[in-house]
Amino acid sequence: MTEARHEIRLVVNGVPREATVPARRLLSDCLRHDLRLTGTHVGCEHGVCGACTVLLDGEPVRSCLLLAVTADGHEVTTVEGLGTPEAMHPVQQAFRECHGLQCGFCTPGFLTTVAAYLVDNPEPTEDEAREAVSGNLCRCTGYQNIVASVLRAAELSRDTSGQEVGEG
Amino acid sequence: MKPSPFAWSAPTSLDEVLAVLAQVGDDGKVLAGGQSLLPMLNMRLAAPAHLVDINRVAEFGYVRTTDDAVVVGALARHAHVERDEPAYAVQPLLRRALQLVAHPVIRNRGTTVGSIAHADPSGEMTAVLALTGGSVQVAAAAGRRTVAAADFFAGPLESTLAYGELAESVTFPAFPPGSGSAFVEVARRHGDYAMCGLGAVVTLTDGVVTAARAGYVSVSPTPLVLDLTEAVRGAEPSTAGWAAAGELAAGQVDPEPDIHATADYRRQLVRVLTARALAEAAGRAA
Repeated sequence: MTEARHEIRLVVNGVPREATVPARRLLSDCLRHDLRLTGTHVGCEHGVCGACTVLLDGEPVRSCLLLAVTADGHEVTTVEGLGTPEAMHPVQQAFRECHGLQCGFCTPGFLTTVAAYLVDNPEPTEDEAREAVSGNLCRCTGYQNIVASVLRAAELSRDTSGQEVGEG
Repeated sequence: MKPSPFAWSAPTSLDEVLAVLAQVGDDGKVLAGGQSLLPMLNMRLAAPAHLVDINRVAEFGYVRTTDDAVVVGALARHAHVERDEPAYAVQPLLRRALQLVAHPVIRNRGTTVGSIAHADPSGEMTAVLALTGGSVQVAAAAGRRTVAAADFFAGPLESTLAYGELAESVTFPAFPPGSGSAFVEVARRHGDYAMCGLGAVVTLTDGVVTAARAGYVSVSPTPLVLDLTEAVRGAEPSTAGWAAAGELAAGQVDPEPDIHATADYRRQLVRVLTARALAEAAGRAA
């Protein structure tokens, strides 16, 4: 039996994209394999680790718990859409300044999660910053520098307020 | 860690959903937020032949509030219910419990009705439905029925929904005037499945307790509601009274052990958390 394939259209990081996928293709795999956007990392594939977090219409979601066909017609922002090496997103800048990463595997998920979080909560306390990343696992840092990065990102975002996040 | 193949359809109206569900029968499974179903598909713990994806049925995405109940449609995300101010005003236990459901990122996608249809006895929403004495509105091509919470849960991950049926909405009634509520739980990490948790409601009349009830998470195969009024009836709220209610509750649960907690530890959590939740609830009772 040949598996049925579906044509889908997504706007990824502001760019209209098309793909032809089986219904069981996860959005995470669609981004990585079909669209060759390998910034989104795949850790646990059951929603626990948070590495695959992307923004769907501006809201953070687990891309491993979303079928690509369900996302048809929607806007997706991946870590590639947050900033560039020349013009980093405040969250990327903060993770760099505060050494908020070591091996970097989990980092794309933290960056997308924190970028969206700071839009809704621009002035988190340290406790709130810690809770904001509680759904993302990091096995290197021990989280201290990640929490510092969240707080620094909030400072940087206030300095550059007016910069919108998540609409690619 | 990839789902096995399945046929997929994405109807855009209630009538279409019911027609597809009737057609696919016992091959069919409804996909809403997918935050429990997708992990099961990825791990191949479930392999339905046909997924009926209701994410395009915009009419399902509502939270409606009346004076005495909150009605949540099949596609209302947890985050939507959590933030809805009218819903909080009528049934504040919803927001209090939702803040303990996984993580915000999961709540952006997961649906309240879906978590109830999933019938997980470690789910906060199943406990809230049971404690509020709520109901599930079930739709099928052949007609509609309303199922009381007490009749909806058949066992762990098993509801009394039949093939071809859709949990179309869920109703959470308000508590009586003079009531306060609280939701507390203990989990290894914030957002994990609780080892034990409960929603509690206390009703005060002229400063004395006239009702005290609790709905539990993770200590029974289906949502368990205990009426603890006898331990505190007619008394003013007191630490000793809540401790007695906790003792009463601990004697009425029969939890299972697993790798996260022994049965004895869960029973101890019932004892302690019941007293804590009732005290907090009483503090909010007018």
